[in-house]
Parts: sequence; structure tokens; C-alpha cells
Amino acid sequence: MSDTTLRTVTVQLDGTDIEVAEGTTLLDACRSQDIDTPTLCYSDVLHPVNACRVCVVEVEGSRPLVPACSRAAEDGMVVATDTERVRHSRKMVLEFLASSVDLSYAAEEVHGWMDRYQVDSGRYGPPAPPDGDRDERKAHAGHHGAVDGFTAETVAQPAKIDNALYMRDYSRCITCYKCVEACGEDAQNTFALTVAGRGFDAGVSTEYDFALGDSACVFCGNCISVCPTGAIMFRSEYELREAGLWDEDRQEVTRTVCSFCGVGCNLDLHVQDNRIVKVTSPQDHDVTRGHLCIKGRFGYDYVQQLPDPMTTPIDEVLAAARRST
Amino acid sequence: MDLRFSDAEPTPDERVAVDAVLGPPASSWLGATDRTAADTRTAHTGRRVRDRRDELLPAFDAVQSAVGWISEGALMYICRHLSVPPAEAYGVATFYALLSVTEQPPRVLHVCDDVGCRGFGANELIADLEQWVGPEDEPVDGAMWLRSPCLGQCDRAPACYAQLAGTDDTTLVRAGVDDATAVLAGADVPPESVAIPQQGDDGLRLLRRVGVVDPTDLDAYRADGGYTALRRAVELGPEGVLRELTDANLRGRGGAAFPASVKWKAVANAPRRPKYLICNADESEPGTFKDRVLMEGDPFAIIESMTIAGFAIGAEQAYFYIRGEYPLATTRMRHAIDQARRRGFLGTDVMGTGFAFDIELRRGQGAYICGEETALMNSIEGYRGEPRNKPPFPTVAGLFGQPTVINNVETLINVLAIVRDGGQAFAAIGTTDSTGTRLFCLSGAVVRPGVYEVDSGTTLRELIILAGGDVDAITAVLLGGAAGAFVTADQLDLPLSFEDAREAGLGLGSGVVMVFGPDADVADAARRIARFFRDESCGQCVPCRVGTVRVEEALDRYLSNGHDDGDRTLIDEIDRVMKDASICGLGHTAGTAIRSALDKGLLGDPT
Repeated sequence: MSDTTLRTVTVQLDGTDIEVAEGTTLLDACRSQDIDTPTLCYSDVLHPVNACRVCVVEVEGSRPLVPACSRAAEDGMVVATDTERVRHSRKMVLEFLASSVDLSYAAEEVHGWMDRYQVDSGRYGPPAPPDGDRDERKAHAGHHGAVDGFTAETVAQPAKIDNALYMRDYSRCITCYKCVEACGEDAQNTFALTVAGRGFDAGVSTEYDFALGDSACVFCGNCISVCPTGAIMFRSEYELREAGLWDEDRQEVTRTVCSFCGVGCNLDLHVQDNRIVKVTSPQDHDVTRGHLCIKGRFGYDYVQQLPDPMTTPIDEVLAAARRST
Repeated sequence: MDLRFSDAEPTPDERVAVDAVLGPPASSWLGATDRTAADTRTAHTGRRVRDRRDELLPAFDAVQSAVGWISEGALMYICRHLSVPPAEAYGVATFYALLSVTEQPPRVLHVCDDVGCRGFGANELIADLEQWVGPEDEPVDGAMWLRSPCLGQCDRAPACYAQLAGTDDTTLVRAGVDDATAVLAGADVPPESVAIPQQGDDGLRLLRRVGVVDPTDLDAYRADGGYTALRRAVELGPEGVLRELTDANLRGRGGAAFPASVKWKAVANAPRRPKYLICNADESEPGTFKDRVLMEGDPFAIIESMTIAGFAIGAEQAYFYIRGEYPLATTRMRHAIDQARRRGFLGTDVMGTGFAFDIELRRGQGAYICGEETALMNSIEGYRGEPRNKPPFPTVAGLFGQPTVINNVETLINVLAIVRDGGQAFAAIGTTDSTGTRLFCLSGAVVRPGVYEVDSGTTLRELIILAGGDVDAITAVLLGGAAGAFVTADQLDLPLSFEDAREAGLGLGSGVVMVFGPDADVADAARRIARFFRDESCGQCVPCRVGTVRVEEALDRYLSNGHDDGDRTLIDEIDRVMKDASICGLGHTAGTAIRSALDKGLLGDPT
């Protein structure tokens, strides 16, 4: 007979004893107390990989700090979330990322945490210029070039634009593994993406850096929906941003049900100037958990017969969209 | 899982190499060239095939060893064979320094320029190679050379490891440019056998047979008392062995100094089966070569120790994970495992006792991080060698998710004396909290470098004198390896025990004692250590992935730009986050040696 009683454990969180269900993570415990805990690689719809380490907290009896996202609360645990050590580690993690990755498209809350922990990415030196060889360096684990004594190494590199649906700009990639997980066993089971290389040269890649069309990619776009920094993006969003026309204030989000099959996935259509510019799905929807297939994600063109943004200047596409209203 | 493979085909050589490890593919779905009528009706590519994922690295090893690199065709063939997504396989292959996914010549010479070799001939060797062969990483006539991290030959510097496609790999010790160019030109140079300074000393316990008893002859091992400990273990029974181990208070010799009996008992008592034993022979800590000496000099003793461990914890299958850059040790261990199996010392009925136990040897492929226990398990399982978050610990969920004991070679070999003479007799040697003898790897400015066996608690001064070092002319000693710390002449009376080291804020690590004489360039060594950790970080967690880069940059600025106090502070701050927030021990210790050098004023005072 299974034990249906919900066991609880008591943990002391920042001086307050709280009771939580057995198996609750420290992150969820923090959230239940409205303790804002920064996260980057964590997602409610993926298994925690605890790679970014920005959510670390101090647990009595543990020499290193522990990642709140994946450590389960244990009875009697004494947890502190705002000690000098915690603040230092969070600040440094955010500084390391801000000094090596372009975080300009990261969510506003990320910038809020950077302010809270007084991130100063400039103190590591001026950023090194973009490097077109980063894919090649993935294939040379265990070796790197000499430091120049001046700049701070970054992941800056040319964007990869190899198909009409979405693009990848790994200058913005913090290697949080979310896209790899969403592509693999946490959602799509396609395994087109991997982390290749080692150390600072490690990064998300297909096999032999194949273009997405030659890889196993099925263009579900689930990698886009989990990316926290805009490293993977709809082509439509990318083109608008490049043209300086992306404007979320002018966007309307309309929830609808995908019309392609009978599953009933919810779609959030992001519409700017009467044109669908992006499609997402609500993470708390119990059918999709935020994930979609290629049809739901990208198969919206039939509702807005507009010129192909691949071949037509973006201004003309937008003008056509305005005319159709 | 819907796999998509490119059309690239393997060459006949690649196909032969893969099939030799994985067996011929069972159907065209798994890569067979002919499609049979049955293949058009059924496809067997499901879980049964995917369960062979752990054969991925051995398959890569086979292709790399036979052809010299892993082409797209070879990778696709392996992926079909094992039903592994090509992207994942590519992620695995690019993780390891000894596997190449770009075409490279059949002869690659890895030239150690790490802390143990660079002051002792490596810089000159590299200058000569640049002059006579060409720049690093440039193929010339089917050969090229690359700089390498420590190759575990620090007592015989400078060292090279020759990775030779289609023939046996070899090692060069005390290498000159003549040897190096000969190997690059295709000459056959067999690896040089092991020698230890204390060879034949009466007091030796762990090293007793090294250089004395033929390491390739099981009968010679038995004639010298081999397999008496296993007989005794069978008499004692598993619980008796665990009792002796507890009495012995044996601590792990890999660096963490964790009590072995705690791990063993946890797995012995775990209700889940199967259970696994792993011997960690991925010795890669710069300055460390003790396990290599044991493997080359007394391989049967390691096998007997593992068998006793398997008997005590209830494991029938063990893995021996050996560093890829150790060709002679690999040959000796393979041979010894074969011999033991053939003679009934391994297999389904060990020595007629009804106990089943076998050992599978797995070769690492050039990744320091795979010495970390959970990274090693991922590596065996066919994944990238990234450490896992703990808990759960390996005793609860280790290899293939099962209860697992993992110990390094030196730790395990101590078990023989513990079982044979009793735990209390073992505990009488050394100090209260550091029982038994310990192996130390003496290198650098000493007359007789090599592995030394001394009682725990011997002072650093005594040990250096034993190796013929001039204790009055010491600039610094790197204690414990790149993950350890620099100590200075005023600390030479430190007793080498866990408790004394801990009290001094130090660790013994893997027993590295690298002596820096009056002419030594500690700043150069510190730079090399910073480069080492940047190269060897797996890249999984941010503190270590970026922190190791920022330490190298800040140290370079500090040393080149007039010892700016801001860079000094920055290094301290980076070290703190790596210690506090990294996933594993690599990040925790990556800044330790550099900070110790700064603290001791070995890199000049800040302005």
C-alpha cells in the first residue's frame, strides 16, 4: 500500500522555520517565502542542470555553497540566502557572464540582479574582439592561445544564420544547457544540439558544426522558448531588432489554440504592426509545458500572406502588414 | 528518438577498427552494408542498442588509435552502431584532448611543458623542435607535435607521449630532440620501464615488488606472496574484511582523504544491485606518477586488491579507468587482467570460491577532470566527462546510477596488507589519524627524483633529504600538485599527515613534492598552473569555466604590469567564488596554488 500522506520537513530559512513538502527544492522554499533568488540555467519545465551557480545559498555544515535549484530541503537544514559569501558568489557569477557574454537581450530581472549585486564587468579589462574561430577551437580541447595581457576573453563571434525560421547568436550564449535539454530528453527527443568542446571554448553546437538544415533539427523552436539571453531567436524578431524596429510596447499577445491538429496546444501570438513576429506557448499549460512543434511555432504564415522576409526588405514587409489592416 | 545521420561513410580501416570493438553491426539499421529482407520488416534500434552507450568511448579510441582521427564517416558509423545521436557523440569526442575530430597526421608527439618538465629540459626540447621540425600543431611528413599537460613522468623529465596511429603508442623520458624527431619520423621506440630509488629496500610495503618481481608473470607474483591476501579475505568473509578496513582507518590517497571503510560499508549495505567497483587510475595531477609506478611494477597486486574490494562490497563487475597517456601501464594492466582471468583469479568462480568478479579496463582520452569521481563515471558511461552535482554520492547513485565504490590505485593496494596482517597492525604504522605508509612523488630540484614510500608523519625535510635535495637551497615546494599549494623553506618541518597538513591549511593531495631550487622560476610555474586549469576545466559551471580564464588573465597582468594590487585583489575574489560555488574539486582548488604563491611573496609583493 502506498503512503499517501504528504511528508513534510522543516528547514530554517534566513532565520525563520518553515515547513515544506519532502522533496521541495531550496529554490521553491525560497519562492514560498518571497525570497527573490536569481536563476539563469533553471527552468520550471526542464531538469535542473545546476551549471550557472547563480542561485547558490549557504547551508550550515556544507563547505561549498549549494545550488538552491536542485538541492532538496532536508529536515533541520539551516539555510542562509543573503550572506556575504552568497552575495559574493552571485556577484562574481554575474560579472563573469557580463564580462564574457552579450547579455543585452537577457530578461529585465537579470539586469535587476546585476544592479542588486553591484556587478562591474569592466574590471576584467576591455572585452576581446569577436573571434571567428570559436567553432574550430571547440575541436581542440586542452589547448588555448596566449593571453594578451590586456583584454578580457569573450565568446563574441559571428551570428549563425542558416535557415528562414530561426538564427543563433552564440555571442549571447551563457552555456546554460537549456536548449540542449529542450532539444533532447526533456522535451523534443531530437538531440540535434550538444555542448561541444571543453572549458571556456565549450559551446552549443551541432555535429561538426553542421547547418541546422543538415542536422537532426526538426525546427520545433523549443530551444528558442527556453533561451534566457536571446542567443536563439526567431528570424522575424532578429530582423526587426537589426532594423531597430522591434518594439515590445507596440506588441499585442493573443492567446489562441493551434489549429493544426487535435492536441489543443495553446499559442501566444506576439503581434506587432498586425504581423505575427513570434509564437510562444505558456509554460504553465499542462499539455505543452511551453513546448510546441514546427507547425504551431512557425506555421502561421497562412494567416498573414505577406512578402517573404528572406527576400524582401523588412520595411516593405512591414508596410505590407500595415496595408493589410 | 529519431536519429538522423549524414551520408558520410566510414573507410574500410575505420569500419574494421570499430567492428573489432563493437562487433559487426547486427543489421543495416545499425550500419551493416547489406540490407537483408528481414531489415525491411523490422528494426532493432531501441533500448537494447542504446544500452551499449558506454561503448562509445572505446569505439572512438579504436578509430583514433587505428586511423589517427575521427572522421565524419567514422563517427556516423559508430553512432548508427550504438544508436547514439551524432551531435551527442560529437560533444563527447570534442571533450577529450586525445581524440581529434579534424584530420591530423598519424604521429602526434605530446610534449610535456608542465611544471615538472619545463624547468628540466622541456623548454629546450620545445625550442629544438621548433627549430628542427617546425611550429606546434603544424603537420610535417605525417607527424606533428603539441604541448601537453603533465604526463606523469616527472622523475624522468622532460617527457613526451607519442600517439601513433596503427601502431603502439609510446612514451619518451629524458627526451632529447633526437629521440623526438626519431619518433616523429616513425622509428620504433619502446617505452622505458619503471625504476624507483628505494628499489629493494627492506622497509618497503607498497613498493616492495616494484623492479624486483616480474610484473608480467602471475606465477612470480604468487611465489612472492601474491593472492594470500585474497585467501585470507575469503576466510574473513565480507564483514570481516570491512572490520579490518575500519580498524585500519585507511584514508583515500587520491586527494580527498576520505575514509575508505565508510564508502565500502555504505555500498556493502546498500540493498540495490548490481553494485560496482571502480579503480581510479586516471592519475593526471601535475607532478603525480605514483600510481603509474604501481601499475607498471606490480599490476597483479592491484588486481588482487580490487578482487578483495569486490568481494567485500558485493560487486561482481569492476572498471579500471586508466589515464590514456600511460601506454606501458595500460599494456601491463591488460596483460595482468588477461592472465588472472585465464588462471581463474577473475571470472565467474574466483579461485573456486564461487564468487564472481571481473575487471574491464577503460582508457581515458586526455581529460584531467575525469579523475574526478563522478566525471569519471560519466566518461565510462559514454558521456562528456562533466562532474555530477553531489548529493547523491556515488555510494548511493554512482556508475549507471548504482551503488559504487571508487578508490584510486594507491588506496586499494593498501588493502592487501590490511587483510593479510590485520587492520590494527596497519594502524600501528604512521600517525593516529594517518595510518600506514604513503607514496610521495619527488621531482624537481632533487638528486634522486622518483616515488618514495615513507610512514605517514615523516616530515617534508626528511623526505626531501631522502631524495637528495638541498634543503638549504629551496625556494619553494609545490605540495600536493597543481591543485595543492606552494610552501616555503620555513615549513619544511611539516609532518606529512592529513591532520598536520590540515592544521597548516594545506593538503597532501596526491603526494606531490615538487622542489623548486634557487634558480627556479616560480612565476613561470604559476602561469603554467593557471593555463593548466583553464585548459582542463570541463566548462560546465560558470565559476570555473570563466574563473579559470580570468585568473590566467589577472595573473598575467599582475606579473607583467608591475604587480598591481587591484589584480591581486581580483585573483583573491575569483578564487573565492571558484572555491564556494564551483560544482567540483577542480574549480575548488584551481586558484589555491596561485594564491599560495602570492601569499608567500613568491611572485613579488603588490605595489
